[in-house]
Amino acid sequence: MDFEIVIGLEVHVQLNTETKLFCSCPTSFNERENSNTCPTCLALPGALPVINREAVHKAIQLGTAIDATVNKHSKFDRKNYFYPDSPSAYQISQFYQPIVENGYIDIEGKRVRVARAHLEADAGKNIHEPNYSKVDLNRAGTPLLEIVSEPDMRSSDEAIEYLKKLHSILRYIDISDANMQEGSFRCDANVSIRPKGDEKLYTRVEIKNINSFRFIQKAIDYEVERQVEAWEDGVYEDEVWQETRLYDANKNETRSMRGKEEAADYRYFPEPDLLEVEISDEALERYSKIPELPDQKAERFQNELKISEYDAKVISSSIELAHYFEDMILHGASAKGSITWLTVELLGRLNKQNLDISQSPIDSKKLCSLVKAIEDKTISGKAGKDVLDYLMENDISVDDAVEKLGLKQVNDDGAIISIIDEVMNSNMDKVEQYRGGKDKLFGFFVGQVMKASRGSANPNKVNELLKEKL
Amino acid sequence: MTKSLIAIFTLVFVGKIRFRKLLRILDLITLKEAMKLPKEELVDFKKDLKKKIDEKKELNAYVGLEESGDGVPILVKDNIQVKDWSVTSGSGILQGYISPYDATVITNMRESGLSPFGRANMDEFAMGSSTESSFYGKTLNAHDSERVPGGSSGGSAAAVGAGVAIASLGSDTGGSIRQPAAFNGVVGLKPTYGRVSRYGLGAYGSSLDQIGPIAQNVEDTAILYDIISGYDSKDSTSAEMEYHPTAPNLNRDFKYRIAVIDNYIKDASPEIQKAYENTINLLQKMGHTIVHKNMTDAKYDISAYYITAMAEASSNLARYDGVRYGTRVSGENLKDTFIKSRSAGFGDEVKRRILIGNFVLSSGYYDAYYVKAQKVRYLIKQKYDEIFRDADMILSPVSPTLPFKFGEKKDPLQMYLSDIYTISVNLAGLPAISLPVEWSGGLPIGLQLIGKAFDEQTILNGAYGLESALN
Repeated sequence: MDFEIVIGLEVHVQLNTETKLFCSCPTSFNERENSNTCPTCLALPGALPVINREAVHKAIQLGTAIDATVNKHSKFDRKNYFYPDSPSAYQISQFYQPIVENGYIDIEGKRVRVARAHLEADAGKNIHEPNYSKVDLNRAGTPLLEIVSEPDMRSSDEAIEYLKKLHSILRYIDISDANMQEGSFRCDANVSIRPKGDEKLYTRVEIKNINSFRFIQKAIDYEVERQVEAWEDGVYEDEVWQETRLYDANKNETRSMRGKEEAADYRYFPEPDLLEVEISDEALERYSKIPELPDQKAERFQNELKISEYDAKVISSSIELAHYFEDMILHGASAKGSITWLTVELLGRLNKQNLDISQSPIDSKKLCSLVKAIEDKTISGKAGKDVLDYLMENDISVDDAVEKLGLKQVNDDGAIISIIDEVMNSNMDKVEQYRGGKDKLFGFFVGQVMKASRGSANPNKVNELLKEKL
Repeated sequence: MTKSLIAIFTLVFVGKIRFRKLLRILDLITLKEAMKLPKEELVDFKKDLKKKIDEKKELNAYVGLEESGDGVPILVKDNIQVKDWSVTSGSGILQGYISPYDATVITNMRESGLSPFGRANMDEFAMGSSTESSFYGKTLNAHDSERVPGGSSGGSAAAVGAGVAIASLGSDTGGSIRQPAAFNGVVGLKPTYGRVSRYGLGAYGSSLDQIGPIAQNVEDTAILYDIISGYDSKDSTSAEMEYHPTAPNLNRDFKYRIAVIDNYIKDASPEIQKAYENTINLLQKMGHTIVHKNMTDAKYDISAYYITAMAEASSNLARYDGVRYGTRVSGENLKDTFIKSRSAGFGDEVKRRILIGNFVLSSGYYDAYYVKAQKVRYLIKQKYDEIFRDADMILSPVSPTLPFKFGEKKDPLQMYLSDIYTISVNLAGLPAISLPVEWSGGLPIGLQLIGKAFDEQTILNGAYGLESALN
């Protein structure tokens, strides 16, 4: 039987606000355990939450970016459950009336609907030791935006594409660091299968605990396989039920979190300590003004710089890459040269070292100088690669690197002619043969001249002058 | 003889404290007077006060004698946070907890020269109407040691009634200030929801809770109310509006339209009914106009109130899990530790309300209970609005009976029914003041004036006039 895969994604995004969602504690990372806390985020008796407007404004920005409805009235509810990292034993979230609804994100050839995005408070962290556990509440109360897609994706590839696009949008409008390793971009996947052609949605399984794009893809693929196998073995009803499973990256498998009978009842009810979130017309107008988004940037690059759709998309896929590229253009590199040297040469080298563009040892100005040096023929393209390699390891200027490597391209006719003369003098026999009609030897002379110049002679000039002299 | 006693006698002689004949508090100065005492005299006064508290130890109104600051001493209910105090909400589960911060009302008091002085006994987590459910044992009624002081702010009211506190803070979720005030022959004000910051009040029913003053007379009540109230950015449900102080504007001469709820009084005991009738007559004699109204049956109030309060409580009390503070009884694993700690730390009434609260919020029951209760709540609000279109305030009993005896209400439902006259006020978020109007067999009877939202001035004026007329 042919199956169709149905995937919906829930992404928890930590908003990059200065302070927590319901108190004025800082949201900074890597502080001493439990130092970023106060009566409110410790849930001491009598402490009360107060909404951080900055988080509301960032939610408006997201709503605008995904072309969603930003509700001028939204509400907070309590989601009740006991766990040591949740000090109040309830999470303040938006269950009944979220702030953002009905948006979408376009991926290649498809529109994925975003059902809702709502504000909620993050939990702390449990740290498990062999015989006891510790609780760090620095993260407790950090603002999260939970972005929930409709079950519109039909493959793990589409799921990854959606996530990358969402990630890119978040960085473009700068409402989150969206760093998966640090946990500021966390994804849960809802996965189900159905026979091809069937319209009905079958049992969905939620997979949690996945912290990289690669693992998300593997987790989904594993889960699909598990469900298909269960179907084919005739045990679908027994083995697939609505539950939450954890992904184990070491074993590459998903595991049941709790038994079938222990379904959680969160006993949601309206949070009595907070009023409705009201968004004024002024606030809505002000925070609806967002920077250029990835698709808009790609389109502009195509129009203004006459580059291909493919190149434009690659360049604008991340805000850091786009800014890097824009900076190169601004400082006078050509679009074509910038694309090649950025996306092929530099990114290739960065990938090998597992770095991303924001960690590049070569900044946009330096790469721009290199491209310009190649474009004005100060160095050859081949020498450019050597210079780039050198710059990856050494923090010096392009000029100094060229100098140091002795790769300055020789364009001066006199200098090239004297090399040619030298080569001809020491190869008189070959000169005779060439003049006698052995045309193939021309390549030999070019090679000898380039070698003698240690690659620095401009090859076009060498060709031209050799022809004259011979 | 200490200077403060001289001051008191001077005041007695000039006749400024005549009302005490009614209140039977003959040996303590008022808040207004205390605020005028020079620093040194205040020190002496506090020494005397401590002696008095010690003499009346059996009252058990104070569960702690902490002091913080050198201002006029105000007794504080054990669920209001005072920095560095062990604040326990009358519960076993908070034993050992030290609060690291001041509630906003405490901050406000300090700024006005008042200091928190002692912790008042209360029903555990303010759940009760008799102060019998406290971890610290029962508090006696100020006027009859066989009877309850009311609750949940029983300690706060009994101390003022027995002359061992100038004034106190209580909290009122369903009558917890007004009923004990009535039972101990003192004045208690439940402010409009949003008037007084809840920041630092150990939560019971967040949408119902309000902190309020309990004092010897209406003027002191107004003074303390003015001090603790006003907008607080730390409490999102606090009303952001200009505050007009009530005490300087107290006026006993205004004539009002006062509504009485005819279909309510049938549930009250004969003594209460009589006091109610007498008071209506007196109000008419004073020149007020009485208008007769009816309310929805109080049984709806009870259902809506207990569903709402218990639902909120089940969530508010979930934080007491033994992880970060208070009682922890280690179990075999995490879940076991939660269960053991909460089983050991909470009393029976608290457990009952947590169970019911969780039930009414659980999936499949939420709409039938919680949502329906909110609809009833809305209807009650509307009914009040309707009455207030034709009246400035409402006169109502506070308790259907005189203070009852210890152990008399063993059935929790009987106890819940003792709140019938007070809870709709919390459901509607209105202000109400309870004041003593009569004595019956040595026990005080209090009635309440219920006002429009944010119109505390009117009910304070009404109470002020009635208090004067009664004296």
